[in-house]
Amino acid sequence: MTNSPRVGVYICHCGINIAATVDVHAVTDYAARLPNVVIARNYTYMCSDPGQALIKNDIAEHNLNRIVVASCSPRMHEPTFRAVIEEAGLNPYCLDMANIREQCSWVHPAGTMTTEKAMQLVESAVAKATRLEPLQTRQVSITPSAVVVGGGISGMQSALDLADAGFDVTIVEHAAQLGGHAAQFYKTFPTLEPAGLLVHELIDRVTTHPHINLMSEAEVTDVSGYVGNFNVRVKRNEEMTNVPAGAIIVATGFETFDPHRKPELGYGKYPQVMTTLEFEQVFNRQSQIVNPKSIVFIQCVGSRDQAIGCGDGKPQTNAYCSRVCCMVTAKQARLVREQFPNADVTVFYMDVRAFGKGFEEFYDQAREDGVMYRRGNPSEILKRGERVVVRAEDTLLGEQVEVEADLVVLAVGIKPRANSEAVAQLFKLSRSGDGFFMEAHPKLRPVETSMAGVFLAGCCQSPKDIADSISQARAAASAAMIPLMRGIVQVDAATSYIDEELCAGCGQCAAVCSFSALSLHPVRGKMTVNAALCQGCGSCALACPSKAIMVHQSTFEQVMSQVSALADWNRLSLPVEAEAV
Amino acid sequence: MLQIESRTFAKERGLFACVQCGKCTGGCPMAMKTKLNPRMIIYRVLIAGNGFNLEGRDELWDCTTCSTCSSRCPKQVNPMEAIIAMRGAIVEKGKVHPNVKTALESTFRNGNPLKLPRDDRGLWAKDLNLKAYAETPAEYLFYAGCTPSYDPRGQKVARALVQLLQSAGVDFGILGNDENCCASEVRRLGEAGLFEAMVEENTEMFKELNVQKMLTVSPHCFNAFKNDYHTVEPGEKFDAQVQHYTQVLAGLLKEDRLKFNGSFAKKVTYHDPCYLGKHNGIFDEPREVLNHIPGVELIEMDRSREKSLCCEGGGGRMWLEGTNPTTRLAQLRVKEALDTGAEVLATACPFCLLTLDEAVKHLNAEEKIRVLDIAEVAAQAL
Repeated sequence: MTNSPRVGVYICHCGINIAATVDVHAVTDYAARLPNVVIARNYTYMCSDPGQALIKNDIAEHNLNRIVVASCSPRMHEPTFRAVIEEAGLNPYCLDMANIREQCSWVHPAGTMTTEKAMQLVESAVAKATRLEPLQTRQVSITPSAVVVGGGISGMQSALDLADAGFDVTIVEHAAQLGGHAAQFYKTFPTLEPAGLLVHELIDRVTTHPHINLMSEAEVTDVSGYVGNFNVRVKRNEEMTNVPAGAIIVATGFETFDPHRKPELGYGKYPQVMTTLEFEQVFNRQSQIVNPKSIVFIQCVGSRDQAIGCGDGKPQTNAYCSRVCCMVTAKQARLVREQFPNADVTVFYMDVRAFGKGFEEFYDQAREDGVMYRRGNPSEILKRGERVVVRAEDTLLGEQVEVEADLVVLAVGIKPRANSEAVAQLFKLSRSGDGFFMEAHPKLRPVETSMAGVFLAGCCQSPKDIADSISQARAAASAAMIPLMRGIVQVDAATSYIDEELCAGCGQCAAVCSFSALSLHPVRGKMTVNAALCQGCGSCALACPSKAIMVHQSTFEQVMSQVSALADWNRLSLPVEAEAV
Repeated sequence: MLQIESRTFAKERGLFACVQCGKCTGGCPMAMKTKLNPRMIIYRVLIAGNGFNLEGRDELWDCTTCSTCSSRCPKQVNPMEAIIAMRGAIVEKGKVHPNVKTALESTFRNGNPLKLPRDDRGLWAKDLNLKAYAETPAEYLFYAGCTPSYDPRGQKVARALVQLLQSAGVDFGILGNDENCCASEVRRLGEAGLFEAMVEENTEMFKELNVQKMLTVSPHCFNAFKNDYHTVEPGEKFDAQVQHYTQVLAGLLKEDRLKFNGSFAKKVTYHDPCYLGKHNGIFDEPREVLNHIPGVELIEMDRSREKSLCCEGGGGRMWLEGTNPTTRLAQLRVKEALDTGAEVLATACPFCLLTLDEAVKHLNAEEKIRVLDIAEVAAQAL
């Protein structure tokens, strides 16, 4: 197969995504004239079944041994086309993709220059394809157990699902008690069930489960290894434990917004002003408030808010909606009306977001119950005798209003925990602009992370209510079960490798590697690559002063052939060598 | 017709970020007593298509530019600057109140908005024998500002401050008759052209004199030099260290250079000036100074720091009565001060000093409470 390259080029229209901007027929004609190209075709959707069949048939009919697909980003369909050529008998690494959608048709106007750019990208991919070598993927057996970091409802639910499926799970919880924030809640929305029952049912199951090992008052200090074979170091009472794990679920939860940062609301100054979380505890004790005449709720405290403090204009990260506060407020307002039927209950809101199942109905009931909703984001709270007064504009009236209150409840938002950056570094997670941990793809891979084998559950990823946290926790457990149940993981072959003849063992490569994939062989004195950890990024190859490191699929020769094809490009009128279809 | 191109206006001012939450108007001290509604005016601009008529919107001149709206906006919209820009459109057409016209013309001609001659500017310091900054180099340029230079009440503050600085051995000089208005109020009255010209003129003079450190009596001058001057294009940027005098005094106390041998045994409450507090976040230094003065018992009003109630003297309102002169915020403020049982209402701004002083007289409360600048309180304890 490594003898003379026979390349097939497949140009995708992507419906009109590419074809409306790029002259796909001209690109096909051009590709057909490139050296080593045996056949070039274009088709509406290369990823569709008929598109895939075209490639497979050509491989058999024209004896092709290298394939170039010019379509979307390889992040989208490289696995698809690798599988296609593998089914047709080729090594899956004999494929290269030219991204003529995200990097061409989507970002340029229709016209000759855009078509010519597509031609260049195709020519560059063909140059690389002719130099591709078949590679073998490796399989690594895995440790059939998991570590769950965080013992709130999300962590507990993930752990229970994994344990019920028969895997050993270790929960690492920094507090002495399980249950996290949910353990502090009084009743849940929209069903008004006692939250304590729900949380305690989970705690009981976790603490008695034969497959769950609970490490409370403990913290993770180091994570090494890779998907299938992590080693999680846990510190507990000054004692270090190594916990082997095939998969890790991060469920470290959230903090509530600290309303001291909104000094105009007088939190911490007036005893009458408290947060929704503190108010939950008032319900739990039922002793704090004596016959209130007027209670005011203020929504969006620390949510949908890009300003901090006063005047200095520093941005803060709470631009997002915290998703739960509208319903927490509606719930507490209803409970207050029930407990103190003579009290006026006013909710100041910007928008009421009651988007979940049964939420709008719950909000309807709150108004039926006599909760007064007034539109406006209160500007300040002042003292007036023994009471406080909430000053706002009722924006529906267009008038400034004052509402006196015995109690003001601030619906504080959800924010990332203060130690998020340290946790992110520990597990090599990315964080989105809002500070929460970032999922691998917002739609298609919502519980995975950029680190294979590490999954996310609950509010550490974004604000959620209990139902959504449980859903994500169960999804994370399911995703973690995929490698655990398979028992093996496939390791991508596009990793770096060492030419031991050239390697001096200086370790400069290890210093730049983000994945701890390189180490010095204790006997041979040369660097070695842990292929399971290597992500094929190529940083080591650049750092190596002896050019002793190469990356499979991106060797110097392969990359330089691509660069030359782009740098020296002029639209040659090449002789017709191949069939353009 | 007094039209602005509302779409361009909204885009340039970032008004499309507004979610109409009303936080600006809920805390606006002028919305308490006039038709001014910052949220609604933004809304009207947003829905106006491409032409918004400013005719008859007299409430735009009520705004004191206290910045309560902009400091609290969750979307970082700046309603105050939008209002200043609308004033600008009106000024451009020349359709302004005669008092505004007079103040602007006087600033242009005399270098002060008070219609007083340039040559009288240095009189406040005539007998003090101070260094002339232009002739003898000094560490600080003491920028007096218009009110402390010309107004008899303001002059007392400037002279008290001189006493304090001298007792701490600070090396400073003044500009005397060469000092020119900082043009803060000119900008807030919407006269962007005159403001820019004066910024260039003043910057050129400060550069020529190689000013490295400056202290001001008024928070308005302080804010202009610190925050406004460098926004003006083109020309040289003004980049000297600018401090309000309360910052300088707090620093001198920390270094143990300023010492009080006497005392001021009174209950004192402090009114945060908008241009020191809300605009610049300087809440602690004035209190540090007061707390250092032997005998002072500092009592806080409920509305303190970020919630301080505007005295109604900013944004050009020293020369404009506004649409509702019967209710005065300064009088409300003095009542709040009286409620604390304080004998002295201290502040650190010449405008606050004058408006609050007048309010005390209106309320016939001169027996109960005195309005003093922090510099005056401190100087009495030297």
